[in-house]
Amino acid sequence: MSDKAGSFREWLDERLPVTKFLEDQLLKYYAPKNFNFLYFFGSLALLVLVNQIVTGIVLAMHYKPAAELAFDSVEYIMRDVDWGWLLRYLHSTGASLFFVVIYMHMFRAIFYGSFKKPRELLWLFGMVIFVLLMAEAFMGYLLPWGQMSYWGAQVIISLFGAIPVVGEDLATWIKGDFVIADATLNRFFALHVIAVPLAILGLVVLHLAALRTTGSNNPDGIEIKKNRDLLGIPKDGIPFHPYYTVKDLYVAGLFITIFAWIVFYSPEMGGLFLEHPNFDPADPMKTPEHIQPVWYFTPFYSILRAVPSKLGGVMAMGASIVVLFLLPWLDRCPVKSIRYRSPLFKIALLAFVLSFIGLGVLGTKPVTETYTLMARFFSVIYFAFFLLLPIFSSVEITKPVPERLTEPVIPLSKREGFQWRLIEEGIRALKDSPHVDKAKDTLSKVRDKITRR
Amino acid sequence: MKKVFALLLLCTLSLACRAESGIKIEHADVDIFDQLSVIRGAGYFADYCLGCHGLKQIRYSRIAKDLRISEPKLRELILFGDTKIHEAVNTAMGPKTAETAFGVVPPDLSLVTRTRGADWVYSYLRGFYDDHKRPFGVNNIFSPNVAMPNPLWPLQGPQKPVLDRVDGKLEIVGVEREGRGSMTPAEFDKAVNDIVNFLAYVAEPSALQRIPMGKFVIAFLLFLTYLCYLLKKEYWKDID
Repeated sequence: MSDKAGSFREWLDERLPVTKFLEDQLLKYYAPKNFNFLYFFGSLALLVLVNQIVTGIVLAMHYKPAAELAFDSVEYIMRDVDWGWLLRYLHSTGASLFFVVIYMHMFRAIFYGSFKKPRELLWLFGMVIFVLLMAEAFMGYLLPWGQMSYWGAQVIISLFGAIPVVGEDLATWIKGDFVIADATLNRFFALHVIAVPLAILGLVVLHLAALRTTGSNNPDGIEIKKNRDLLGIPKDGIPFHPYYTVKDLYVAGLFITIFAWIVFYSPEMGGLFLEHPNFDPADPMKTPEHIQPVWYFTPFYSILRAVPSKLGGVMAMGASIVVLFLLPWLDRCPVKSIRYRSPLFKIALLAFVLSFIGLGVLGTKPVTETYTLMARFFSVIYFAFFLLLPIFSSVEITKPVPERLTEPVIPLSKREGFQWRLIEEGIRALKDSPHVDKAKDTLSKVRDKITRR
Repeated sequence: MKKVFALLLLCTLSLACRAESGIKIEHADVDIFDQLSVIRGAGYFADYCLGCHGLKQIRYSRIAKDLRISEPKLRELILFGDTKIHEAVNTAMGPKTAETAFGVVPPDLSLVTRTRGADWVYSYLRGFYDDHKRPFGVNNIFSPNVAMPNPLWPLQGPQKPVLDRVDGKLEIVGVEREGRGSMTPAEFDKAVNDIVNFLAYVAEPSALQRIPMGKFVIAFLLFLTYLCYLLKKEYWKDID
């Protein structure tokens, strides 16, 4: 570093602890060395958040939050604003991928027990962010003022009407009118661009502060702080910078590539990310034959529809989110990582994940007798997972947990269970097949060609 | 537990293979990069659709720029009267007149291929049949009792419904030609496809910019990711 830059830094450090902060947070923050791919979703969530804020600011410069103008202003962004289509697709794709990333992040926490003592608060902050994110996405979806924006909001806000005594008044208060109208759109715009993002940012700071206090969990679910060397540095820890900054950079590259593929080639994602009916302007006089929320809300929407009474449905939907908050106290097993937990827990978690996906798929379908029956079945599994967890997790027979960290991903040969043997067999068969050799041959020829050039 | 698991799998599987219902929609051969087809479609649209349906989300100047046609050519094709080139493609028919004539205001078609899908529009335009119970003498199998007459009738010629027994009831399952139009069936299908192509272009003109750009962006990102990977490998080589 040149003298001038050095003296500026000194000047700055005397007035603001810049160097100290960066050192503490990056160089002296030791993370477990065996993070696998499930550990990238936290930093990817931050990346998507930044994308949403930056594209959102520019979109807000061109968007008009008025019932008469909103729909056309979005089309104006898509057509007349330079690169407006790119900004809009980055924002809409980002919204969906935010939920992909967050669901993976939450799954990771359950998979490796990251929500358990001493990280309960970290989990709670994360859960509040999740709920805020749902509110943010819900209000953002009203802004294009399409048919699904309007009727989706109509369905969700009317749920508040199911609350006894105050319900109807509450729903009117939220809407600012007796129907969803200009007033609703205008306040949702304010909440979407100012209130909720501010709250999310604040909670992200708390989430990160809590993470820096307890340190990251890892695929083995061991506290690396228990094994320190003479200098007090965890033996299994590596400095966050440069190791994880460069690794995150590489994974961010992969993620942005997938992101770009969607933005450039499939921004509607077959109607999942941008629903087809939403290209029709909102019409309060014409109810669409089939109202469905965007894919990331469908699991909870399915639970809502599975209960015959409206109030019961609302309560079940609320409960399906509340139970997630309680997870650190519902799981009584002292072992964190799934690697050392009982087969019973593995099967229960698999059933839970499958039922969550099943509910998600059902939420995109119209109501039929069979689908309702299936949604009820999946809902029962969803709640059974949480309700039975305190019972079976306290009597679980777990495997011995090692003292030090092991591999990021357990090699197939070390895994127990017939399914892994089957996969092993399959891979062996693939390796022996002549097609693979042929493909390898072609690939190396192509590589030769490129390098020769 | 295993039973529960099996039931779960079964449920997931049965979701995947849901039976399709309704009259089969024909597949349109959409290619907005086929400039000649889009230009032909614009011509048909101006001649047969623009009288009642507008495309308010797009300007004439944008069409001229994207399809690389000059203003005189545009004036020949779709830009009529004293309309200025920077104006939006609005219909000349006022909403009041439209309501008197049809009972409803014909919808703006700027985004119709995004809401209904190009295949639906293609099938719908080919799905009119004679029905003397309707005010305009025609009905449509894809949108029963629609208020719209069939403006493409002189090209296609009249069509009649094909009836078949479904679950013991006589139902319309398709349409077939009854007489001759000014176009052969193949010519007509091609013309309808041109209209759909034009509408698909109008629904998202930025796709002309978006799709060709994608490969460069992705190639660049892959290259960048590869560099980041090398960097990561270099740093991580001494971590066991």
